[in-house]
Amino acid sequence: MPSNVLTVTSGKGGVGKTTTVANIAVALASEGKKVVCIDGDIGLRNLDVILGLENRIVYDIVDIVEGRCRTRQAMIRDKRFPELFLIPAAQTRDKNAVSPSDMIRLCEELKAEFDWIIIDSPAGIERGFKNSIAPSDIVIIVTNPEMSAVRDADRVVGLLEAEEKKPPYLIINRLKPELVKRGDMLSVADVYDLLHIEVIGIVPEDENTVIASNKGIPLAIEAKTKSGQAYRNIAKRLVGEQVPFMNLESGSLWNKLIHLGRGG
Amino acid sequence: MGLFSSFFGKKSASNAKERLKLVLIHDRVNMNNGTLELLKDEIIAVISKHLDIDPNMVKIDFETQGRSQKLVADIPFRSSPTKKNR
Ligand SMILES: Nc1ncnc2c1ncn2[C@@H]1O[C@H](COP(=O)(O)OP(=O)(O)O)[C@@H](O)[C@H]1O
Ligand SMILES: [Mg+2]
Repeated sequence: MPSNVLTVTSGKGGVGKTTTVANIAVALASEGKKVVCIDGDIGLRNLDVILGLENRIVYDIVDIVEGRCRTRQAMIRDKRFPELFLIPAAQTRDKNAVSPSDMIRLCEELKAEFDWIIIDSPAGIERGFKNSIAPSDIVIIVTNPEMSAVRDADRVVGLLEAEEKKPPYLIINRLKPELVKRGDMLSVADVYDLLHIEVIGIVPEDENTVIASNKGIPLAIEAKTKSGQAYRNIAKRLVGEQVPFMNLESGSLWNKLIHLGRGG
Repeated sequence: MGLFSSFFGKKSASNAKERLKLVLIHDRVNMNNGTLELLKDEIIAVISKHLDIDPNMVKIDFETQGRSQKLVADIPFRSSPTKKNR
């Protein structure tokens, strides 16, 4: 199977990119895939703590790019899985230390060994974003059902169109079904209407997310919580399985809608 | 009361959707929301040089299909009383 470079981005900060990367990574790894995550948020390293790997960092991505270590030396293995690795962001260096062509080169090297290379993009549409999308085959945009997050997501879709990337997928994160039900939160169908990109995941608001980040154990390691299950479903869809959407919203009209729209 | 209900009234999602629709249209074509009125005035001025249109009936608006946008203009002629009387 050819390897895939997946970039998770959003425009707006704090919508759940890093959480998404960590969860998709463990979900794919628990399906036996060889996975490496790259933290693309130079200066604001975070994926290490969400994965619980922060104590083992010696080298980072800038050390690789500037030749201070071999790629392998900067890769931290997640001991919970045979084949899950993290390449951490540099915490102290200049954001411009890495270029889009550095990212392309690094990913080409990693493709020899991994099924999935997952890049956690920083917020914004500057250098870090450009680095993150340069090598990607698949882009996932994370948004929240909320004004500014949807607006910024649309900007990113436009930028990807301009870069002639394949159409991105959408994850709607932090959905609150009760609020949707009483008409005070955009529904999945509303967000789809506005953005018109294919929805690959719907993740409910879940307080376990905070607990998981406190512990450094992403929820998708188990399928016990709704959000953990949602991430596992996303991972399955990424590898080509047809998984119906969970019934988070009343009526499950969305499922019907999606099946009509894209046959799966 | 009106103000209060407009701040805290239920069904704010439909509010959000309508507002977002407009914001996204303008973001996508890279045009500020006020510019359309300006454009409308200019179009009316140009067409009026050649045709007898009714400026009050002119409708110019964006339409969205999927992720693409178009500008749709509806420009009726002035119903001329002299013609009608004939
Ligand atoms: N589905 C969710 N339910 C509750 N909290 C969430 C959810 N997804 C993310 N969060 C929280 O939102 C915050 C921002 O998430 P993070 O993944 O760091 O966003 P980003 O990487 O986009 O800045 C974190 O505190 C995280 O725990
Ligand atoms: Mg982040």
